[in-house]
Amino acid sequence: MKHGFLDQYSDLNSFIHKLDPRTKFITTLIFILAVISTPPDRWQAFTLYFFLIATLLLFSKLPIFYVFTRSLVIMPFVLMIAIFIPFFKQGEVVGSYNIWLWQVSVTYTGLQVLINILIKAWLSILSLILLTSTTKLVNLLKGLEQLRMPRVMVMLLSFMYRYIFVLVDEVIRMRQARDSRNFGGKRLWQIRTIGNMIGTLFIRSYERGERVYAAMLARGFDGQSRTLDRLNLRRADAYFGMSFSLVLILTSVVNLLY
Amino acid sequence: MDEIIRIDNLSFCYPDGQQALTDVNLTIYHGETVALIGPNGAGKSTLLLHLNGILRSNGVVRVLGRTIDDKNLRWVRSKVGLVFQNPDDQLFSPTVFEDIAFGPINMGYSEAEVRESVTRTLDWVGMTGYEQRSTHHLSVGEKKRIAIATVLSMAPEILVIDEPTSNLDPRSKWSLIGVLHRLPMTKIVASHDLELVQTLCLRTIIFDHGQVVADSATNHILADIPLLRAHGLAPPEVA
Repeated sequence: MKHGFLDQYSDLNSFIHKLDPRTKFITTLIFILAVISTPPDRWQAFTLYFFLIATLLLFSKLPIFYVFTRSLVIMPFVLMIAIFIPFFKQGEVVGSYNIWLWQVSVTYTGLQVLINILIKAWLSILSLILLTSTTKLVNLLKGLEQLRMPRVMVMLLSFMYRYIFVLVDEVIRMRQARDSRNFGGKRLWQIRTIGNMIGTLFIRSYERGERVYAAMLARGFDGQSRTLDRLNLRRADAYFGMSFSLVLILTSVVNLLY
Repeated sequence: MDEIIRIDNLSFCYPDGQQALTDVNLTIYHGETVALIGPNGAGKSTLLLHLNGILRSNGVVRVLGRTIDDKNLRWVRSKVGLVFQNPDDQLFSPTVFEDIAFGPINMGYSEAEVRESVTRTLDWVGMTGYEQRSTHHLSVGEKKRIAIATVLSMAPEILVIDEPTSNLDPRSKWSLIGVLHRLPMTKIVASHDLELVQTLCLRTIIFDHGQVVADSATNHILADIPLLRAHGLAPPEVA
């Protein structure tokens, strides 16, 4: 079975795809920092950020619909954390409601903060989608390693990338096997089946871990991890990194001044 | 002939109490291709894991005349290349290159040597040009070949393979047998694929209930239908 849900568009050809993963990683980080440090009422700055990221997304030739749907994935999490802010923030009251015993009021500042959080989260996730969809995960990991990310974490991530497909296949096969023997049944019974499947998956993964470790030992692994490849920064990386960071720094400075 | 592996009185019991090996004695000579056949659960894989020191227990395993101990583990693993049955366990890196380079890098080869050995082994298994492919996009047959390449890249003197032809269609199976046939080193192949055994191996060992049951020339053993039947290995009787 074939999957490519992690970096399925990393084979496209654009100048963003060709940039060094390190350049992309660092500029993404700077972008996110700039976005989250901008005060809530600077809508001009947010418009600028949006145009910046939208231009880059257009250049990257990623399908717009794909980027949009991917970007919505983060929203439930953000909402879950931020949804209560309008009720607790002090300030001018927009509306107040009686829910059973409590009187609840929504404030103007609270709503503003909520919308601001949503915008910031959305812009950040857009930049992350740009990073992860235009970079092969393998290269991104190499880049992280050369940026001195601890080797153990890089290894963990690369194992994750390698085995997520194996695990997904296993889940699909288990589900097919269950569905071919499933004749409805009570809901409670179905939940129990799912519980069993999760347990089985856990044990299988655990045992696979042991076998993988044995395979590593068999090839001379001694707890020390070593690596070969070096990436090379090109001139385009320097230009892109410099200009992009400059724009962001300028915006931040302007934000501070006014 | 030179002894390359010698096992004396090896017994092994898994932590859950299951007795996997009982008093195994075995000698493999230089340049042989030996088949290790036996039914499921006979202890073949457990025995193979002892050959490069991943499992160790009482009894003595000697490789090239040296007893496996903590100090020479690295050396043993560079001499005995062990290929696991499931290529998804054997291939744990994102790309083919990284997987084949894993062994040589751990052996402390220089960068040029690593690249050279990757290219050479890919050529041996007939997979030239697959360096940058993602492992999870390969077919089972391709994965099996790459799994063998990951071990060959360390230039072992003994190649130990667990079930090389399981899950393969006949064409992939025969081409894999061809690849194995061309490899010059001493080989130990655990399998219950009797076609593979007949084509590849001159000597066959039958293993059952953690013990060596028979050890003889392949044509001799494969002709002994009652013996094969007693250990669940005989071909079906077709009326």
